[in-house]
Amino acid sequence: MTASQKMEIVRTKGRPTVRDYIPMIFEDFFEMHGDRLYGDDGAIMGGVAYFEGIPVTVIGQVKGRTLEENQQCNFGMPHPEGYRKALRLAKQAEKFRRPVICLVDTSGAFCGVEAEKRGQGEAIARSIMEFMELKTPVISIILGEGGSGGALAMCVCDELAMLENATYSVISPRGFASILWKNPARESEAADIMHITAEDLKALNVCDYIIEESEGGAHTDPEQTAENISEYISSALKRNLQKGLDEMLNARYNKFRAIGEFDEGVEKTGVPSDS
Amino acid sequence: MLEDLFSVVRTRFNSDPSDDQDAQKRKKTDIPKGLIFKCPRCANNTFMDDLAANSKVCPKCGYHSRLTAAERLDITVDKGSFEEFDADMMSKNPIDFPDYEEKQQALREKTGLKDAVVCGRAKLRGEDIVIIVMDSNYMMASMGSVVGEKIARAFEYATLNRLPVIAFTASGGARMQEGIVSLMQMAKTSGAVGRHSAAGLLYITVMTDPTTGGVTASFASLGDIIIAEPKVLIGFAGRRVIEGTIRQRLPDDFQSAEFMLENGFVDMIVERKKLRRTLAHLLKLHKPYNGGAAQ
Ligand SMILES: [Zn+2]
Repeated sequence: MTASQKMEIVRTKGRPTVRDYIPMIFEDFFEMHGDRLYGDDGAIMGGVAYFEGIPVTVIGQVKGRTLEENQQCNFGMPHPEGYRKALRLAKQAEKFRRPVICLVDTSGAFCGVEAEKRGQGEAIARSIMEFMELKTPVISIILGEGGSGGALAMCVCDELAMLENATYSVISPRGFASILWKNPARESEAADIMHITAEDLKALNVCDYIIEESEGGAHTDPEQTAENISEYISSALKRNLQKGLDEMLNARYNKFRAIGEFDEGVEKTGVPSDS
Repeated sequence: MLEDLFSVVRTRFNSDPSDDQDAQKRKKTDIPKGLIFKCPRCANNTFMDDLAANSKVCPKCGYHSRLTAAERLDITVDKGSFEEFDADMMSKNPIDFPDYEEKQQALREKTGLKDAVVCGRAKLRGEDIVIIVMDSNYMMASMGSVVGEKIARAFEYATLNRLPVIAFTASGGARMQEGIVSLMQMAKTSGAVGRHSAAGLLYITVMTDPTTGGVTASFASLGDIIIAEPKVLIGFAGRRVIEGTIRQRLPDDFQSAEFMLENGFVDMIVERKKLRRTLAHLLKLHKPYNGGAAQ
């Protein structure tokens, strides 16, 4: 299936969101609010819950289905306080030695005057740096859209999984088409050359696991898809809870450190070798 | 989100895109290329020679225009002290993007650079530093594999050798021709900054024109001390995208260095002429003291 076909599935009305999945996957979810600095962002929700008896911190990017829901969650586009809330909850998880499960679903961080004033760039940067060093396992799962830095802020993890129709990209295909061809309508064409599907990203070592959706897409059987996600989380926790701290942090660092394609050039100079 | 990151560099400040095109046309037909500098802040024209004589600062409004990496190194580090790291590193084409290699080859010939960042070891008024300089002449200093790798290596070298890092940032954002691989460079560089920081070492960011998008949302915003040159553009999202959302024009100083200072994201704005002195002062203030972490 092509990237543009997958995008169609992800946009299907009735595709389950974080709010649907949390009660199906976790027990006793207790939601927490606010970044303790500015406010509470409806585009990111988080709290503590049990997963198969293990206390975990769950942080999810919220999309709505109705206009009212979408106004509350700003169509899934977080402000800086959303990322700062996510980071607060992640640090809390570190303190209480709970694994963190991030559920990612955003077209991107919000672009607006207030977001700039409150430091959208700084909020994402700090989130990336702190998640990289978080002394507890972090598992991220992209449920639908993984849009750029706004998704990356919650994808610095030990394992990244994607639902089979989810996408993850540096820029929305629409944005890509409008910059490259000055024509946002060529979105599907852009999607198909951008390497944004779960398979593409697995080949690039960005995505580690692909989680199957129910036949035809997650909306056809949300319970089945939730069960597949639970199965994945169960195995991911087993793999990561047994690692030593240094081993885990080094593996996380190296996972990102290794991504990039370059040529050292003919005369390999490298850095001065006094170390 | 990133439509912004790229368009940010195209639609400078409050200029109307259609004006821009007219200006470009005029520039091409009427005025010999490269003789006149039109300030993106105040729109005044200055002769290139006069601009150069003023450290490339607009004499009318004080906007600090862009320098090449070579020019920046020349006015920043001690003469003859710079040893470049990874000078020959070049990008590949991770997502087989059409014409990417050709475009890069043409730019290499035009700019004499291999990619958009120059890193190395140098002395600044006698103090050893690792220095990172981005050059907006190369694909608007967008961050792809080479930029990410060189910056990560520079931080790792500094961590291993217990050196401070000074980074002059400038970027249109992530390099979309490298797709998701470019996004991952934000994580790679920020991770390396984190390890340098955890080792108790100093990192100073100097934000120059323009510092935007994925670079603002990664290592540029993570300095212990963040300095900006006057009037430069600093922001996350592109102005045109935001104006599209709110359906009104933004004030002229939106996303300027001054705006960032006012909102608490920059420690100080320092004129180019005083920058070397300021950096030397900060390096001295952070020298390990009696039983500090380094020797
Ligand atoms: Zn001016």
